[in-house]
Amino acid sequence: MIKHLRSAADLDLATATLILDTAGEMAALAGREVKKLPTLRGRTVVNLFYEDSTRTRISFEAAAKRLSADVINFSAKGSSVSKGESLKDTALTLQAMGADAVVIRHSASGAPHRLASWVDGSVINAGDGTHEHPTQALLDAFTMRSRLGRLAGLRVAIVGDVLHSRVARSNVLLLTTLGAHVTLVGPPTLVPRDIAAALSPATKVSYDLDSVLPDMDVVMMLRVQTERMQDSYFPSAREYSRRYGLDLARMRKLPEHAIVMHPGPMNRGMEITPEVADSSRSTIVEQVANGVSARMAVLYLLLGGKA
Amino acid sequence: MTGFLIQGVSVLGASASDLVIRDGFVVAAADGTEDVVDGSGLVALPGLVDLHTHLREPGREDAETVETGSRAAALGGYTAVFAMANTSPVADTAGVVEQVWRLGREAGLVDVQPIGAVTVGLAGKQLAELGAMATSAAGVRIFSDDGFCVADPRLMRRALEYVKAFDGIIAQHAEEPRLTEGAQMHEGEVSTRLGLTGWPAVAEEAIIARDVLLAEHVGSRLHVCHVSTAGSVEVLRQAKARGVRVTAEVTPHHLLLTDELAASYDPVYKVNPPLRTASDVAALRQALVDGVIDVVATDHAPHAVEDKECEWAYARPGMLGLETALSIVLSVLGERWDLIADRMSRTPARIAGLDGHGTDLAVGSPANLTLVDPSARRVVDPAELASRSRNTPYSGTTLPGRIVATFLRGEPTVLDGKAVK
Repeated sequence: MIKHLRSAADLDLATATLILDTAGEMAALAGREVKKLPTLRGRTVVNLFYEDSTRTRISFEAAAKRLSADVINFSAKGSSVSKGESLKDTALTLQAMGADAVVIRHSASGAPHRLASWVDGSVINAGDGTHEHPTQALLDAFTMRSRLGRLAGLRVAIVGDVLHSRVARSNVLLLTTLGAHVTLVGPPTLVPRDIAAALSPATKVSYDLDSVLPDMDVVMMLRVQTERMQDSYFPSAREYSRRYGLDLARMRKLPEHAIVMHPGPMNRGMEITPEVADSSRSTIVEQVANGVSARMAVLYLLLGGKA
Repeated sequence: MTGFLIQGVSVLGASASDLVIRDGFVVAAADGTEDVVDGSGLVALPGLVDLHTHLREPGREDAETVETGSRAAALGGYTAVFAMANTSPVADTAGVVEQVWRLGREAGLVDVQPIGAVTVGLAGKQLAELGAMATSAAGVRIFSDDGFCVADPRLMRRALEYVKAFDGIIAQHAEEPRLTEGAQMHEGEVSTRLGLTGWPAVAEEAIIARDVLLAEHVGSRLHVCHVSTAGSVEVLRQAKARGVRVTAEVTPHHLLLTDELAASYDPVYKVNPPLRTASDVAALRQALVDGVIDVVATDHAPHAVEDKECEWAYARPGMLGLETALSIVLSVLGERWDLIADRMSRTPARIAGLDGHGTDLAVGSPANLTLVDPSARRVVDPAELASRSRNTPYSGTTLPGRIVATFLRGEPTVLDGKAVK
């Protein structure tokens, strides 16, 4: 088993499949009255969050607690971090406390790589800047497999601000490893022209959402921050949603079986309309539940070898 | 003043001969009073001249001082370095440039020639007192806002024109700031994969293209700092073919390293302009050989440990260069000594109008020279560097060539590979 999960590229097909299978077993536990496993009793998992992210932090916290680990939440606000302590000094502190795993969310791309060079424990990337968010990709893949029964050969469109999206990067890498076919869709300003060469040569790029939808099994809408408008990535929120937003009319272009995903938090009315978000094709709530199972699987497998 | 008899040394790769220096000059014959230096296996070069050094004093003496940087320079074979103006306070007045100049003379290891800021506080709004710096004891001839681009075209035009009165030259850090907001590394496949904001090649090329046109229009000289892209080379090639008075430099690291190194997220590889692609490296090497790029300049940029042991985005850009530059150039160009002397000594001295440096070691010439052992190999150990900082990208790398001795006006600054003071 790998030691760190810094990038979805750390996962080969066998490892990724093992994590997804394990997540399936973890999900089965969630239906039991007693949801807790003793597996990580006595182990310490630190949630080191430099960015506010209630949903991801709670998901990791629930995952670690269901495995009986001791959980320390270390958020940048109200800690020595806000007094200017460096990441390295924080890492040495966590090291001295005996952290077995550090789950890190950070606004700087590559912060998990730096952290891994300073601590002995496992480092799990919970989102770093505009780089990656590998556990999100795992829970997305788990959701697709649960709904559609397979991953190999699936056609997946990822739509929106690919340039700034850590979710998109991790999904392209993981889905390609798992045999799915990814098409990235968005305005040219938000889809880097060398994205396929950078991540996976088989990745397709389109600037026309309508032409892509009829062929897709999955469409994943990315959050688009309205601030991007100020920086001229697109002219207005209205024009963006008209060209790249998913509304009912567009959803009807999808094949009957296709699902709609969103990593959250959503801008309802911007990249996705409420009717689509709340439709039976939407997996948005399921994704949250699956997040706990996927993160349990990651913690279990990364730390399991040392129990 | 003592003399030195350097026995059996190869001057610029020629067959071995004796080289005698006395009272600060190269002389015809020994008179028996000289100290003897065994020059067998060594190559003598005119002392190297660096047009682009950050010495950090005043302001960041924890990263480098004029003295420690001078020692690093001497150990790298340099006899003159040009100290960039982005100190704190900025070298934008006669007072600050004279202070740096005086500190350099006190250290006495290389001639430290201050570069003056083009604009007050490097802010790009208003010309600094360029004339006062030119007529100060420091005798400033090169002006640069390095670290920042003189982005305002009207201000750049005025600066180019104004310095003609005292044969000054503007050294431009070519970076269109609107195209590089938040930039962390070369924009390309690697930045896309790593999720680091890209620094597009066109941000450099657009400024160079504009500036060669401005220099042509006003009939001034322009020097382009740290050229890093193949596209910039083409702009320069065309400008030179038209007769524009433009010169350009390339750093050792841009001749060797590529953006792939950022994949470690280790900020020791973060530098501005950023490391580019292998095809850029190839174009820069060819341009240096062709003379489209005139000189190698180190952009020696010392940084304190805490400014590099952090997240990539928070780290300061820059890498050490003085103590490894000749080795890198040797590994890139091979033992083409005359070419190396041209790109690292003669031409930089000529661009800067620096008398007494960059002259071949003929009888009567100032005895500014360095002795290189080209057969030596060394493994770079950051702890052994004379610089106060440790941010070399070559840690653990085996490099060819070793500086055995350096002489400044006939006095040794380095002997047996060690600084004499």
